Amino acid sequence: MTSTALRSRAWKLLEMVTTPLLPSDYLDLVSPLRAGADLRGRIEAVHPETGDAATIVIRPGRGWRGHTAGQYVRIGIDVDGVRLWRAYSLTSPTNRQDGRITITVKAIPDGKVSNHLVRRAKPGTLIQLDQPTGDFVLPQAKPAKVLYLTAGSGITPVMGMLRDTEFDDVVMVHCAPQPQDVIFRSELHDLVADKKLRLTEVHTDTDGMLDIARLDELVPDWAERETWACGPAGLLDTAEKHWSEHGVLERLHTERFRPTIVVAGDGGEVTFSATGKTVDADGATPLLDIGEEAGVLMPSGCRMGICFGCVTPLKAGAVRDLRTGEITEAEPGVLIQTCVSAAAGPCDIER
Amino acid sequence: MTAIDPTAHLTAEQIEELGRELDAIRDEVIAGRGEKDAAYIRKVISAQRTLELVSRGVLLFSIFPPAWLLGTAGLSVAKIMDNMEIGHNILHGQWDWMRDPKIHSTTWEWDHVSPSEQWKHSHNELHHTYTNVIGKDNDLGYGIMRVDEDQRWHPIHLGQPLWNFINACFFEYGIAAYDLELGKNLHKRRRKNPEFRARAKAVGRKIRKQVLKDYVIHPLLSGPSFLPTLAATFTANLVRNIWSHSVIMCGHFPEGVQVFERRSIKGETRGQWYLRQMMGSANISGSKAMHFMTGNLSHQIEHHLFPDLPSNRYAEVAVKVRALFEKYELEYVTGPLPKQVFSAWHKVVRLSLPNKKPKVKTPDRAQELVAA
Repeated sequence: MTSTALRSRAWKLLEMVTTPLLPSDYLDLVSPLRAGADLRGRIEAVHPETGDAATIVIRPGRGWRGHTAGQYVRIGIDVDGVRLWRAYSLTSPTNRQDGRITITVKAIPDGKVSNHLVRRAKPGTLIQLDQPTGDFVLPQAKPAKVLYLTAGSGITPVMGMLRDTEFDDVVMVHCAPQPQDVIFRSELHDLVADKKLRLTEVHTDTDGMLDIARLDELVPDWAERETWACGPAGLLDTAEKHWSEHGVLERLHTERFRPTIVVAGDGGEVTFSATGKTVDADGATPLLDIGEEAGVLMPSGCRMGICFGCVTPLKAGAVRDLRTGEITEAEPGVLIQTCVSAAAGPCDIER
Repeated sequence: MTAIDPTAHLTAEQIEELGRELDAIRDEVIAGRGEKDAAYIRKVISAQRTLELVSRGVLLFSIFPPAWLLGTAGLSVAKIMDNMEIGHNILHGQWDWMRDPKIHSTTWEWDHVSPSEQWKHSHNELHHTYTNVIGKDNDLGYGIMRVDEDQRWHPIHLGQPLWNFINACFFEYGIAAYDLELGKNLHKRRRKNPEFRARAKAVGRKIRKQVLKDYVIHPLLSGPSFLPTLAATFTANLVRNIWSHSVIMCGHFPEGVQVFERRSIKGETRGQWYLRQMMGSANISGSKAMHFMTGNLSHQIEHHLFPDLPSNRYAEVAVKVRALFEKYELEYVTGPLPKQVFSAWHKVVRLSLPNKKPKVKTPDRAQELVAA
């Protein structure tokens, strides 16, 4: 018998010992970060960056597969006892010796998770992790000239790139309301002092919003540069238009933190027919959240559309897949994933 | 159905006002749910797992009597914790708000021969909706006993103290049979119903796993302690079964608890539903440890009013609920465990014999409200 077969036999036996629980339920008590466990991480430190941003140092579990500079990770953290999932860019270089990773979080007004992470998260806290993902990354072949165009917390994925890979000619244009709002400011200035980076800070409180036409003056050769841009939708929309008008759109790489949501048939009245509850839903909130908020017993699992633990019959109406914008209409036998579907008009969920 | 309706003094408006006051209690707890509550259930779960692990470890040496005693006691408590404070409450969805897929009513499986999926249907859905409605709520006598004067007496009821005792000892099997509605489904035609067969199969699988674990695998692992370990797990299951049966019997059987006619719940309002839960349940008084070991079902009245509020909050809710009982001049049925167990058993024995029909028949509430 091969060792794999032996191991799976042994595991089966162990499952008989622990039924109805799984061996992992017990192992999690002592070693939540072990290989083979659901991927988790432990917060080891929280370093303030600015008045409303902090870097969270995380020791990922053994199953962490490593990331590419510029990627993001989804984390699940319990805020007031409720597990909430959010995505944050990784700011640590890929070759960090101690195996830890960092995310840098800016507290947004009324942001449940961001405020919790920046102001209340404590070292020692266990969090849930997903494998890193995202294609806002550097190419295999080094470009000769690079431009990073960032605003606010849009600097975080770019910081992951800056820390990871050195280029001969790098320019950064970064927008923030005031000097003290610039995340990683002293590190950026160190890079400038070492002549590893040319930096232009745009302080929008005093300078006003960045006028994209000013790029000609700030970075005269911008059109020749491989550009990575990350920031609010307004900035990215303008940049895409600008690059496109100059016929160099292929050199622009953008990352949007929040996907734009299609407006047509947005939201509606959701009926949970088995429970007899009816509530209003907007077009951006997953039906799973809507149901839970309304006190309906909703099956759930990964809450991101991969495990199908939440599939529920759609009896009437239409829903929109929040990831793809795809519309699903009710038909006999149609099941929807409530965690990634939002109301696209009135609908009836069998729950 | 007692001779005198204990809610007869309440007007329809008062009953609705009572409902609003109860809703307010509920909303307050929901708004205040948070980190502390989540930490509580996590702590209880890890304590249960640790206790079970240690007890099973000790039982590996159960050939030595002190180890047998210690391991059996530990395992009994662990099994009680699993079923009562953890399993029952999670399966009620009391902790779903945490959005932790591992502590969730849709994923939880308990140390019990009835698969949680089936139990949720018969318990959460049927019993909690139709609490104490004769003919609708099978928990009234579990379909094997007569627990109200108005139920028709058959000679078979003479044996009900015995059935009840046997049911107590093998309670988890009783519940599995109950969840399957075995009595009803064993009729020739129903037996072949594919849906019933699938459910019966699921129960069979669960029983096989549970029996294999408790009576084969763990005794085998104990080697020379095979027989003592076997005896220990049997004892722990027996203790858990008798304990949970006793606690659950105290919930709706003691004297003073009301039962309702089927037609009385027609067109029931929210206030009336609440009132039925209040009159149809009974509490157990006692220490914090007692509440914990009953899975807070000692707060049965509060649990029936708010089955999905986290169990650790029932104690604080009870103070407010009791005040409402006083305000509306209703009887809050409660008492220490021995008294309530005795009362429930007394009823089982008393009703095993025929009785005269109650003399005064109370008009049911719905009719009364129409008249008012």
